[in-house]
Amino acid sequence: MRVEQISVFLENKAGRLSEVTRILSEAGVNIRALSLADTSDFGILRLIVNDNDKAKEALKRNGFTVGKTDVVAVEVGDHPGGLHKILDVLYQANVNVEYMYAFVQQSGNNAVIIFRFDNLEEAVKILTQNGIKVIDGSVLYGM
Amino acid sequence: MIYNMEYETMPREALEAIQFKRLQATLERVYAMVPFYRNKFHEAGITPSDVRALSDLHCLPFTTKQDLRDNYPYGMFAVPMDNVVRIHASSGTTGKPTVVGYTARDIETWAELMARALASGGASRGDIIHNAYGYGLFTGGLGVHYGAEKLGASVIPISGGNTKRQIMIMKDFRPTILTCTPSYALHLGEVAQEMGVDFQGLHFKSGVFGAEPWSEEMRQEIERKLHLSAVDIYGLSEVLGPGVAVECIDAKNGLHIAEDHFIAEIIDPETGEVLPNGKRGELVFTSITKEAFPIIRYRTRDISMLHREPCICGRTHVRMSRVTGRTDDMLIIRGVNVFPSQIESVLMEMEGVEPHYQLVVDRKDNLDLLTVRVEVGEHIFSDEVRMLQTLERKISKNIKEFLGVSAKVKLVEPKTIERSEGKAKRVIDNRVL
Repeated sequence: MRVEQISVFLENKAGRLSEVTRILSEAGVNIRALSLADTSDFGILRLIVNDNDKAKEALKRNGFTVGKTDVVAVEVGDHPGGLHKILDVLYQANVNVEYMYAFVQQSGNNAVIIFRFDNLEEAVKILTQNGIKVIDGSVLYGM
Repeated sequence: MIYNMEYETMPREALEAIQFKRLQATLERVYAMVPFYRNKFHEAGITPSDVRALSDLHCLPFTTKQDLRDNYPYGMFAVPMDNVVRIHASSGTTGKPTVVGYTARDIETWAELMARALASGGASRGDIIHNAYGYGLFTGGLGVHYGAEKLGASVIPISGGNTKRQIMIMKDFRPTILTCTPSYALHLGEVAQEMGVDFQGLHFKSGVFGAEPWSEEMRQEIERKLHLSAVDIYGLSEVLGPGVAVECIDAKNGLHIAEDHFIAEIIDPETGEVLPNGKRGELVFTSITKEAFPIIRYRTRDISMLHREPCICGRTHVRMSRVTGRTDDMLIIRGVNVFPSQIESVLMEMEGVEPHYQLVVDRKDNLDLLTVRVEVGEHIFSDEVRMLQTLERKISKNIKEFLGVSAKVKLVEPKTIERSEGKAKRVIDNRVL
């Protein structure tokens, strides 16, 4: 019930992001979702791609520092209050969200949100107990 | 003003006779009391009695910073600890500081030399000395302090920092002599301007500035902005502290070395050969009156040259030109000695941090800014911003604790630190001196 995300360290300077997209494009890797966190000095690019190993290998070969993290993809009702319902469940259960971002593709009529938790197991348990659908990586990469 | 007319203007012949007598006594003493020197002399096949003239000094082996480190902390002391009344330290190349000690008589000698230095910089009894050198293990603050009291001046032991308060005190206490690092002098000038305080309205006559290299251009800037006469002072704790050499306010052309207490040589840093007067090379000092921490042919790594022409001030002591550089990679940041290897050991002690780093030094508003660039490898990388920011803060904190210098840490991508011939370029010094 987990999704693999890769993250890339970027210095906050012109051309670094496009360097990453160039490398992935040349490696034939498709980016399914991304989020960029930045400070005044550096940024962290987080990516869900269709082929993690290929992406990681290509980026590392080009000198980037690449990390791998497990995240959770959650189906969210695409209507007012959809996201709030999920966050409320997590809040009530005292589960902390490190960060989150939206997935490009919809799952049926629902949106998909990527969550990074400090305690992934616990979070997945709470979500499924509350009838919230968690999408497995194997399904997500092919969506 | 000349504080000690007899010694500072002594004819060369008499001065050299005293130097030789004192050198012999020092050699006898270190040979008897410090195993390090005895062993070194044995290795060189020399005993103190082989030194029959001042010119035989060059036969003696050199002492290096590494030797001091090998004998950390008290191995180089030539008196029992019972006789040591003061301990100072300066930063060493890999973390451990260099420790020096003083007997009561050493403190007295130091006070005398600092009194001479302050007098040489225009101070006398009745002056009020604003001493903004740091007080502590660093020799600057206390060195000037004792000299000022010896001279009979009033000393304000303000130490470093809290610049706005310093300006207020300058206005209210009316000091006439300023002592601090040259970069701090300029910083004081700027802060005063921001506060709407004009140095012309203050009461300074002159300033004695040192503990870091500076240029003639910087002198002119200080004199123009602070409305005082600026002289250069030199010293290092291994030899004594401030007061080893100082410019006279009359000529401001080279620093008179206190030759009745030290013998200076200039050597070729590659071959160790002694160079003639007027040739640029590495400064080497031998102390000839110190009791607790005598030092024989200490390689300072500072680049200078010696001039023996008579000076208009009347002092007969040899002059060294202002220090123009180092033979090693030591940086002086806000008066603190920093070796890249020290930063490296701080980084290496942190788990996962790789030794790919670079020091960038800038001068902003006349204050030195140290930035440490550290490459981010997989072991320290995280997908969370706060983890990386915590790491930056932790490195910065460790550097501050270890070296006593504030540094901004900047994480950079791997392989972005310039490597020339496979060797990383460790230091980028953007300061214009």
